[in-house]
Amino acid sequence: MDVILFLVFSAIAVACALNLVVQRHPISSAISLVGVMASLAILYLLLGGEFIAMAQMIVYAGAIMVLFVFTIMLLNAGAEKRGVKRPWAVYLGIPLLTGLLGIISFLVQGQVQGSPPVILGGFTGGAAGDVGRALFTRYVLPFEVVSVLVLIAILGAMVLARKEIE
Amino acid sequence: MYDKFIPTAADYVRFAPEILLTVFGTLIMLIEAGRKEDQRRPYGILSLIALAGAIYLAFPAYNNAGPAFQGMLIVDGFGTFFRVLCYVAAALAVLCSGQYLSREKADSGEYYSLILFSVVGQGVMVTANELLMVFIGLEISSIATYVLAGFLRDDQRNNESALKYFLLGSFATAFLLYGIAWIYGLTGSTDLSLIRAALGSANPPNVILTGTAAALMFVGLAFKVSAFPFQIWTPDVYQGAPAPVSAFMSAGPKAAAFAILVRIFMTAFEPIAARWEPILWVTALATMVVGNFAALAQVNIKRLLAYSSIAHAGYILVAITAQSQIGISAVMFYLAAYTFMNVGAFAAVTHLAGKDEKYVNIEDLAGLGQRQPVTAALLSVFLLSLIGVPLTGGFFGKFYIFKAALDSNLVWLTVLGLLNSAVAAYYYLRVLVVMYMQDASAEVPAPKPVSGGILVALVGSAVATVILGVFPSVILNFAGKSGTLNP
Repeated sequence: MDVILFLVFSAIAVACALNLVVQRHPISSAISLVGVMASLAILYLLLGGEFIAMAQMIVYAGAIMVLFVFTIMLLNAGAEKRGVKRPWAVYLGIPLLTGLLGIISFLVQGQVQGSPPVILGGFTGGAAGDVGRALFTRYVLPFEVVSVLVLIAILGAMVLARKEIE
Repeated sequence: MYDKFIPTAADYVRFAPEILLTVFGTLIMLIEAGRKEDQRRPYGILSLIALAGAIYLAFPAYNNAGPAFQGMLIVDGFGTFFRVLCYVAAALAVLCSGQYLSREKADSGEYYSLILFSVVGQGVMVTANELLMVFIGLEISSIATYVLAGFLRDDQRNNESALKYFLLGSFATAFLLYGIAWIYGLTGSTDLSLIRAALGSANPPNVILTGTAAALMFVGLAFKVSAFPFQIWTPDVYQGAPAPVSAFMSAGPKAAAFAILVRIFMTAFEPIAARWEPILWVTALATMVVGNFAALAQVNIKRLLAYSSIAHAGYILVAITAQSQIGISAVMFYLAAYTFMNVGAFAAVTHLAGKDEKYVNIEDLAGLGQRQPVTAALLSVFLLSLIGVPLTGGFFGKFYIFKAALDSNLVWLTVLGLLNSAVAAYYYLRVLVVMYMQDASAEVPAPKPVSGGILVALVGSAVATVILGVFPSVILNFAGKSGTLNP
């Protein structure tokens, strides 16, 4: 059952990712991205990362995608206009890309042989409680320092978005 | 599992400089928010106080050297050196900024807050002992600099600079993060000493996959130090950003990125050194060649300094390729000398550029020797040091780098590096020729006399450059002592 779920949602993720690139209208691409994010969340859940799965749904598939769609609508972006046709980009690029991916997968496949198989459901400890405990003990300093990062992001957005200086 | 963690006093002492800087950065934001229209802006002074305080606090931290916050940070001689160097670079940039910002009518607290927070990021980076902290520190430092590069929002050059830096920079950081994820997958840890232990153990993880992870991380860090082939952004960004910000970018974030590059590759990836050494060799050579030869054709002095900073990154990579304690000391000394001479040169440019940075071409400097003998003399000191003329910090910097390379039997790299620095002399000397041997053009108005912060920064950097050239032992002794990175 787990394996079937894994295969189904990986296939959806890959299909949505391809669709994202192929689609010409930004909204269609954005919706495909939602598909990628949501199926990734399911994959995390299968691996036992409950908290990550929920964060992925709420933050990525939810909040960030809404922002994406808002921005696209605000800019009133229409369908993408393809520039000058470059046939070699298609006829050469696609086979080369496929070849590269093939070689990489072959190498990785060859190198990781002998590692223990992934057991779906074998990992527990990805619940919100576990993540919270790690955040406030082992990882308390990174957690606190990230607040400076967030502060900078706010400050930067304000600096770049205000009307005029002085 | 960890049930509870209560930081000890030692943890706080070792992290105190960054805490102080964060407090002051926030304080400046609050003052700016509550300021009445006609009140003065004390931000420059406040930032200098914060940076001086941070330098002061770095010493008790060093006397209490050791890991902090459960091995997240490690305060050692190497980290302390770069910490202080980043604070000094920021202080010099702040000194130049006051006049620049009031000239461009853009004086505001956010600028100084961003500089202080950016330095917090650099402080975290150089003392990090965890890839997680490296990543967070790098992001803090970078995001603050992206914004600073585009601080004059209505200036098109600023916009171009900030956007290019942001897009390419985020892309590069993604490589670093991807490499960290691989390393975690392979070794089960993001702690540098544990990674080293795992890679050096009797049963190390697959070496091809480890190499891929190291390569991914190298891409991310090579972008930050502008090493070939990830240097393309540097000229555009340095040219477009406000001059004091270029000064800051070329010193602080770069020194921090070099520090963490050295720390990661000399501790965590030391067991696979034989694999990455050839890559570093080629990168070092290519970076020197690209930087120096592209600099020959420049007409804009900010672009010239950008290409020169690429070339200098190449020299520093030569010292890292040496993979020795002397090499690390040479990196430390060179970055200290480089910070003073480069920030000094940019400080002079900040002054001479005039309102809206109209006069940033080399030919605009014509006749400066007669018009402003003092500024011209100070700029000459920096340019001579960048060439590597004896009695300047740049000379000993290059000397120690090539000595370290020779000690590690990198004869060809040394020869090619020396040839490169001969090429470099041409474009620096050209600036000197224009300054002293050409008559001032009537189209360029005589610059105002240097005063205030810029003067302090110029004189301070020049004095430091000469001191490093005459008494290199001031820094070298400390660098030699801290060149051992204990994992």
